[in-house]
Amino acid sequence: MRILSSLLRALALATLLALQPGAAAAQGGDDAFARFGADSFSDTNRAIEILITSAHPQAAPIIEALAEGRLLAGGGPVVIRTTDGRFIDARTGAALASAPPGLAPVRLNNSVRRGIQAALGGLGLLDPDTARRILAAEAVFKSRDAALLPVLEGALAKETDARAKAALRQAQAAILVAKADAPPFDRIAAIDVLRERGDQDALATLRSLPAESSASLKEAQARAVSDIEGKLALWRAGQNLWYGLSLGSVLLLAAIGLAITFGVMGVINMAHGEMVMIGAYTTFIVQEVIRTSAPGLFDYSLLIAVPLAFIVAGLVGIAIERGVIRFLYGRPLETLLATWGISLILQQAVRTAFGPTNREVGAPNFMSGAFEIGQLAITWNRLWIIVFAILVFAALLAILKLTPIGLQMRAVTQNRRMASAMGIRTGRVDALTFGLGSGVAGLAGVALSQIDNVSPNLGQSYIIDSFMVVVFGGVGNLWGTLVAAMTLGVANKLLEPYAGAVLGKIALLVFIILFIQKRPRGLFALKGRAVEA
Amino acid sequence: MSRFFLQNMDKGGSIFLAIIAGLAILIPALNLLVPAGSAFHIPTSTMSLWGKYLCYALLAISLDLVWGYCGILSLGHGAFFALGGYAMGMYLMRQIGSRGTYGNPILPDFMVFLNWQELPWYWYGFSSFPFAMLMVLAVPGLLAFVFGWFAFRSRVTGVYLSIITQALTYALLLAFFRNDMGFGGNNGLTDFKDILGFNVQAQATRAALFSMTCVMLIAGFLIARGIVVSKLGKVVIAIRDAESRTRFLGYRVDRFKLFVFTVSACMAGVAGALYVPQVGIINPSEFAPANSIETVIWVAVGGRGTLVGAALGGVVVNYAKTVFTSGFMAPYWLFALGALFVFVTIFMPKGILGTAQQLWEKRRKPAPAATPEPAPAE
Amino acid sequence: MTAANPGAKDHAKGVIDSNIREHGLGEKPASTFSRHALTSSLLYLDGVSVSFDGFKAIRGLSLTIEPGEMRAIIGPNGAGKTTMMDIITGKTKPDVGTVMFGGSIDLTKLDEAAIANLGIGRKFQKPTVFDFHTIEDNILLALKAPRSVARTLFWKTAAAQAKRIDDILGIIKLGDARDRLAGSLSHGQKQWLEIGMLLAQDPKLLLVDEPAAGMTDGETAETAVLLKEIARDHSVIVVEHDMGFIRELGVKVTVLHEGSVLAEGPLDQVSANERVVEVYLGR
Repeated sequence: MRILSSLLRALALATLLALQPGAAAAQGGDDAFARFGADSFSDTNRAIEILITSAHPQAAPIIEALAEGRLLAGGGPVVIRTTDGRFIDARTGAALASAPPGLAPVRLNNSVRRGIQAALGGLGLLDPDTARRILAAEAVFKSRDAALLPVLEGALAKETDARAKAALRQAQAAILVAKADAPPFDRIAAIDVLRERGDQDALATLRSLPAESSASLKEAQARAVSDIEGKLALWRAGQNLWYGLSLGSVLLLAAIGLAITFGVMGVINMAHGEMVMIGAYTTFIVQEVIRTSAPGLFDYSLLIAVPLAFIVAGLVGIAIERGVIRFLYGRPLETLLATWGISLILQQAVRTAFGPTNREVGAPNFMSGAFEIGQLAITWNRLWIIVFAILVFAALLAILKLTPIGLQMRAVTQNRRMASAMGIRTGRVDALTFGLGSGVAGLAGVALSQIDNVSPNLGQSYIIDSFMVVVFGGVGNLWGTLVAAMTLGVANKLLEPYAGAVLGKIALLVFIILFIQKRPRGLFALKGRAVEA
Repeated sequence: MSRFFLQNMDKGGSIFLAIIAGLAILIPALNLLVPAGSAFHIPTSTMSLWGKYLCYALLAISLDLVWGYCGILSLGHGAFFALGGYAMGMYLMRQIGSRGTYGNPILPDFMVFLNWQELPWYWYGFSSFPFAMLMVLAVPGLLAFVFGWFAFRSRVTGVYLSIITQALTYALLLAFFRNDMGFGGNNGLTDFKDILGFNVQAQATRAALFSMTCVMLIAGFLIARGIVVSKLGKVVIAIRDAESRTRFLGYRVDRFKLFVFTVSACMAGVAGALYVPQVGIINPSEFAPANSIETVIWVAVGGRGTLVGAALGGVVVNYAKTVFTSGFMAPYWLFALGALFVFVTIFMPKGILGTAQQLWEKRRKPAPAATPEPAPAE
Repeated sequence: MTAANPGAKDHAKGVIDSNIREHGLGEKPASTFSRHALTSSLLYLDGVSVSFDGFKAIRGLSLTIEPGEMRAIIGPNGAGKTTMMDIITGKTKPDVGTVMFGGSIDLTKLDEAAIANLGIGRKFQKPTVFDFHTIEDNILLALKAPRSVARTLFWKTAAAQAKRIDDILGIIKLGDARDRLAGSLSHGQKQWLEIGMLLAQDPKLLLVDEPAAGMTDGETAETAVLLKEIARDHSVIVVEHDMGFIRELGVKVTVLHEGSVLAEGPLDQVSANERVVEVYLGR
């Protein structure tokens, strides 16, 4: 309500300075009050228009009261009942001792409500605050109320801010396009303005062009519509691309640990998804502890969960490697079966400990909400997950390329016996490599807890996708995993609008099946004799 | 022909055949002829349950044929099983006729519910039993042929093949969940009434289905055995152990794999077709990748590379599952199953029968020639 | 090299010429290319190159084997011997170059099975037999016979074929062990079994990769005798490190180095070649 009163003051000021309130305005104002009493929707609408175009000093409180059903009329004076129950004469703003008898609230219907919305827009057009002026112009743009054209043009003439000026001009164009008696040249120019604006609203406005318009106008409109549709399609594609990158980053997170265990070590870890799940449950536990003992730390819960999830999942991974997998090196199919068994055990263990239902993992402040770029809506959690995926990828790459343990890992991968002869403890390296892959899966779990249900089945839903990513990208190649994850994510989201989510996914699976036939070793595969060995 | 199926029949195989043939007669007899109060009576539900186990045994044999003998670890055999089941289910749905809830003489209930006006073309012909039985073989067989044709020609092997077979069944799972596929979506096909004019629920029908399952298990076993003891079987084992060596001997490895894979898929389809009328429902969950992997563990438990072992594994593991999941131990079944996977792969790579055979041979021949190390089955 | 190697000139004129083109070793310009020589040779490689991830395993290799010829191929590790065999048997496709068999069949267009069925048999460096088959079955699988799915499914071993298996088992001295699993054989026995499998295949050309590796001296000598016997009615290419073994074979030698032919001729001549000595003893 404070906004409204400031609007009012602005309007009053503007009226004094620019619109030269004269006798006509005062008369018009009187006319308006009579119309409020007529108990007819069209009269009420007209009354609103008069108040606005004449820039009546009381316009703001009157319209505000009207909107809230506190404007009383019935032949005599028009009265405002304030929110605290007092009565004010609408015309003068003077307080009244009591309500005159025989008054009833002015009734509203949708047309009146639209009129009110438009009027509030008209009021804001002269607000000293630029942001509010832009908002008001937006409101006018949507209402396309021709009655506001004079106010709009007055405001436009004075406007100095470029952004506000553009908004006002667009509002003016929206009105002009539909206004049959405006000069044709102005209307064509207006179509141009709308085309430049180029969003869904501009499109709707253009489509509202009256059917009886001239041929040249229609042609201009048709061109502008197709132009905007083209641009909007691009934006939509951009939005889908964004969704695709977001999905790609999720896939990358889920698959990159697998790229280590499968790609580097050649171990088929069917329990990989459960490492992700463990990471997600670690996040859940961290948040539970914080909720009960240190609620102030909630915004840091994910930061705390990241290292913990890495350690917990990594340790479980090391235990699996030492306990089971090391007996099965060189027998990939057996490893697959044994780790599948482990995945069943882990799932059931989590189900027993935490119950079979979804667990609530909250989002810290910095991950909530969304913002817009042009026509793109971008949620913070997706953005952070992309950033996180890139960081994890870079860190992993650095570990493999730059650290001594990374060097040892690569040595053991390439020639186990030689590495062993050089004094590398291959068993320890195996365990650490597997732990690293599992730990990274745990990190993925932290991220996924923000966008997916945290349940014992969490991992199951990612395991097939993860394998697809690694196999598609080419085994033993982290960059391949990156490219594959992003390609599959984007392809999935670009297919979805045409094929639907399920068919799109099936199409991708079929594509990968066919792709592997063509290039059995993935996008970026090693070639030569070494591969056969 | 009998030479093909019965050549060099070993003791284990003979015992297996005798047992199954005996069951085919004995169990229905105990069900139908012994009065319900008697201690020897076998309830219809128990008989159908064992019928289900024997279907799984046939599925296990089909998987063993490709995995145990040819080294192709298919993680998508459940898909062939389910497709055979759906073919049978479609026949059974058409037999319902106008007895459905909506009384539509042509359309199954779920199609009426979805406001479909006419039968989709791929449902044509399923009102005929011979056609449906042909499809039980043809649909899984064709899918396996096309899939294998691509995969084996481009030499996709080992875990890559396993992963894409898993992707195959996963894709089918997603597809069959869709209502507009025309297979009943999530709910699948159920509420069957008749098979060949006999009530599916009737005791005698159940008994006949059980006997039929035994007959098909015997047939499947004999076919699989005929294949593995033939020279083709030797080639297939050679492919398992040294694929590229076999190729350098002039054998077209892809064709041999394709043959075995397709035969195996048809066999899995038959198992699925027998399964559906005895269980009374087929739904997309049969395509779940987890089911296919479970099938692999049956084979591993029983002993891969021995057909009797695979069948034994199918029955034993599923019997254990029933016992486990019906009692207070139910929540621990997945622990047990998971542990079974780990235990068998690490400590009993040859499975029950393989290990038993080894022990038996050791006792017979105290100083055997060194047995070769098990080669990675890739 | 060419001047000192008159024997090779007759058989492999084109080859030597191409070597000259490749390495500029020869003193005379390339002579005219003879189509006739090409069709008469059993195996003909010309200008073959292949690279793996930028590493040129074979560069401009040219080689000719005549019908009935036995040839030994030597060369240090990484000289491209195994890759050459991979190319001939269809496992690896060359990037460029001609590989012809029997004068008119382009081997680069065929896969392993087709090439094997043309009559090219291969014994691997590491003896590769089917461990889980009996020795007899190993020979049976290799035995020259129709290889189609249907024919193997309904296979019946005829008396003549059984006799042939017996004969081969006799030649490789594994007749008594015929029912043992091949996996239980010693290394040397496996080598022999694999040679037996080659015999059973009855190929026109045998590629034998290090047949004497891991054998005792006695076994090596016996293997040489066996190979010489085989070479009477087959063409054979033997890859070996063991100079003693090669000497025993007493055939023409081709020296490979870094993927191409370094020298060719009788062993004594080749081992006197300066460049060969340099390659083997370091520079």
